[in-house]
Amino acid sequence: MAKSPETEHPQRAFGWAARDPSGVLSPFNFSRRENGDEDVTIKIHFCGICHSDLHSIKNEWGIARYPIVPGSCDYCNQQLENYCPKMTFTYGSIDRDGTPTYGGYSDIVVVDQHFVVRFPDSMPFDAGAPLLCAGVTVYSPMKYYGMADGPAGKHLGVVGLGGLGHVAVKIGKAFGLKVTVISHSPGKEGEAVGRLGADGFVVSSDPLQIKAAVGSMDYIIDTVSAVHVLTPLLALLKTNGKLITLGLPDKPLELPIAPLVLGRKLVGGSDIGGMKETQEMLDFCAKHNITADVEVIPMNQVNVAMARLAKSDVRYRFVIDVANSLSK
Amino acid sequence: TQHTLIRQSSRSNVRLRPIPNHQLTHYVRSSTLYINPHSHSLQCPNRPHSERDSRKEISDSIYISVEFSSNPVREKQRKMVANQPEKEHPVPAFGLAARDPSGVLSPFNFSRRATGEKDVKFKVMYCGICHSDLHMVKNEWGTSTYPLVPGHEIVGEVTEVGSQVEKFKVGDRVGVGCMVGSCRSCDNCSNGVENYCPKMILTYAGTYHDGTITYGGYSNVMVCDEHFVVRVPDALPLDAAAPLLCAGITLYSPLRYYGLDKPGIHVGVVGLGGLGHVGVKFAKAMGAKVTVISTSPAKKQEAIERHGADSFLVSRDQEQMQAAMGTLDGIIDTVSAVHPIMPLIGLLKTHGKLVLVGAPEKPLELPVFPLLMGRKIVGGSCIGGMKETQEMLDFAAKHNITADIEVISADYVNTAMERLEKGDVKYRFVIDVAKTLQQG
Repeated sequence: MAKSPETEHPQRAFGWAARDPSGVLSPFNFSRRENGDEDVTIKIHFCGICHSDLHSIKNEWGIARYPIVPGSCDYCNQQLENYCPKMTFTYGSIDRDGTPTYGGYSDIVVVDQHFVVRFPDSMPFDAGAPLLCAGVTVYSPMKYYGMADGPAGKHLGVVGLGGLGHVAVKIGKAFGLKVTVISHSPGKEGEAVGRLGADGFVVSSDPLQIKAAVGSMDYIIDTVSAVHVLTPLLALLKTNGKLITLGLPDKPLELPIAPLVLGRKLVGGSDIGGMKETQEMLDFCAKHNITADVEVIPMNQVNVAMARLAKSDVRYRFVIDVANSLSK
Repeated sequence: TQHTLIRQSSRSNVRLRPIPNHQLTHYVRSSTLYINPHSHSLQCPNRPHSERDSRKEISDSIYISVEFSSNPVREKQRKMVANQPEKEHPVPAFGLAARDPSGVLSPFNFSRRATGEKDVKFKVMYCGICHSDLHMVKNEWGTSTYPLVPGHEIVGEVTEVGSQVEKFKVGDRVGVGCMVGSCRSCDNCSNGVENYCPKMILTYAGTYHDGTITYGGYSNVMVCDEHFVVRVPDALPLDAAAPLLCAGITLYSPLRYYGLDKPGIHVGVVGLGGLGHVGVKFAKAMGAKVTVISTSPAKKQEAIERHGADSFLVSRDQEQMQAAMGTLDGIIDTVSAVHPIMPLIGLLKTHGKLVLVGAPEKPLELPVFPLLMGRKIVGGSCIGGMKETQEMLDFAAKHNITADIEVISADYVNTAMERLEKGDVKYRFVIDVAKTLQQG
């Protein structure tokens, strides 16, 4: 007979879980494994709400295994190296011992030390938490696709000014890139250029603005997870330009081939980052004073936050104050 | 009978009216048009909307009359050429031209410019038939102007050089590929990738600096700026080297650029036609292990025994494709028809690269998950720059690489085009211009 989540492991744990594709989260008693020789048990202070959490709890990718305790943006990190075919996700996956993994919307977590990163002392827990997913998700492709290699003055476009996008602007500027935000919301221009430090702003639904920016960017980081049109974005790239897509839409995108061929352009993907790189990213952000812009919420507001997140109503990441608000 | 519009979009800014029969040749089948949601104009996908599409095929479809803005320069050229091709320039020339989108080629007298200071004039010995020629004679991309003399795999012997020409002399064996000019000042031109210059001038159906239409290599003589002429190494036979000028560089360039030229790399080549078979040869010479991916099981034996491929995958065979998942470092996809790329992305290892060199007319479906989960890329490539084209020929000479060709006489060209359309050629037709092209 299968063990219940509460009795599966020896350490009692408590968190909030989604039980079904409605995505509504509610209190959930479960358990964590005993702290093994290579393990670290962490009392969770904060956990960021990542849009992937929303996709997962609503089963938008069709792979959900309920109950799901989301949260991979807690200040301890993802399991196993990110491109390993046997990578275990922090939540919603089956761990090596055959039990389901539960994420950071919970009081404690037990993780193999290899998959824990050290949080720099100078970095506040709450504003730093989202870097563990959003930060490395944009940092990794910037390094891999050569955006940090110079020469100086390369031009990066960031599509979507949300959790990922706003961090991409900050890290892009820290790499010495010229950064233009591409967004369908004209209202975000003030923040993009004023507070976040972007050099320019293009409204993607305005064909004149797109036309004016044609062939001007060396790279584009596309953070949009909804299905969207790639053609205007490809037009913004220079010859040899690279469009890196990070969002996970639930349907394939349409890819026009002529722009790729005629301009030797490419579309690439990227998925979080490896452990060494995640640590490197945290240290880089600490050095450049980069954190996420967060709205801290108590655990019992998590469903409201999810509903607001679905409407992109957040500047720019919710972070759950787990330690202070998670009561049994 | 007259054809009329049956449905009009309220957002269209196009005036729609019945079309008299005699004007039908100039109009487009309704199924190929769509309304651009931003400008609200009626457009053909992938076609510049300053050109008129003149597909001749008439059927029972409904036609929409479209008034595109006309391009005054093009109109002037059209008139000039239509009236006076023989008098446009001082040097008489003859070749084969398509007169309309039927694509049928027939003898055509025209003229070439006088050899300028930087020009190289050469007698055309051979010209390869590229599938692009077929697309262009039928105006399938909407950019053709008639009369159209195709041919961009051109080889021959120099007969005259301008006073400032440094690289070539009379008697040299030379070739010209897909381009005859560019702006020579933009970043791309300065970086040796004239092929990506926004003002790149195509060898045929392009507009030269003097405003005249360019005519390609299905002709007896070429006059070309030295910068866009390459030397054909003595070790390569002229006829079998001709296809390298388009097919060759089209595969060589992405193998280098995308880093698929390292020994031990496992490369897939999709499509075993003019491009594909040359790609296999180059990839093998660069030290790669090569797998040919094709819809035709019948091509397996040749792929392996004649071209040296290490293995062969039938793309429609699910089991074979499944077994080969995650095995390739890169794939060069030469197929220009619309086809699914998800199975190809699945064949790639983590960090693998799918490079398309054919451009399907419609967008393809891009599955995003596999791209992200494996940090894979889908990229494109289009011929190569002049420096690289010369490098490619020298590499081919060193490694004994030529195309597999069927040499034909000029009067066979229309039959060859029909066979090409059906893929019935092993693997490139080459016109024996010097011996068989007759004056019109």
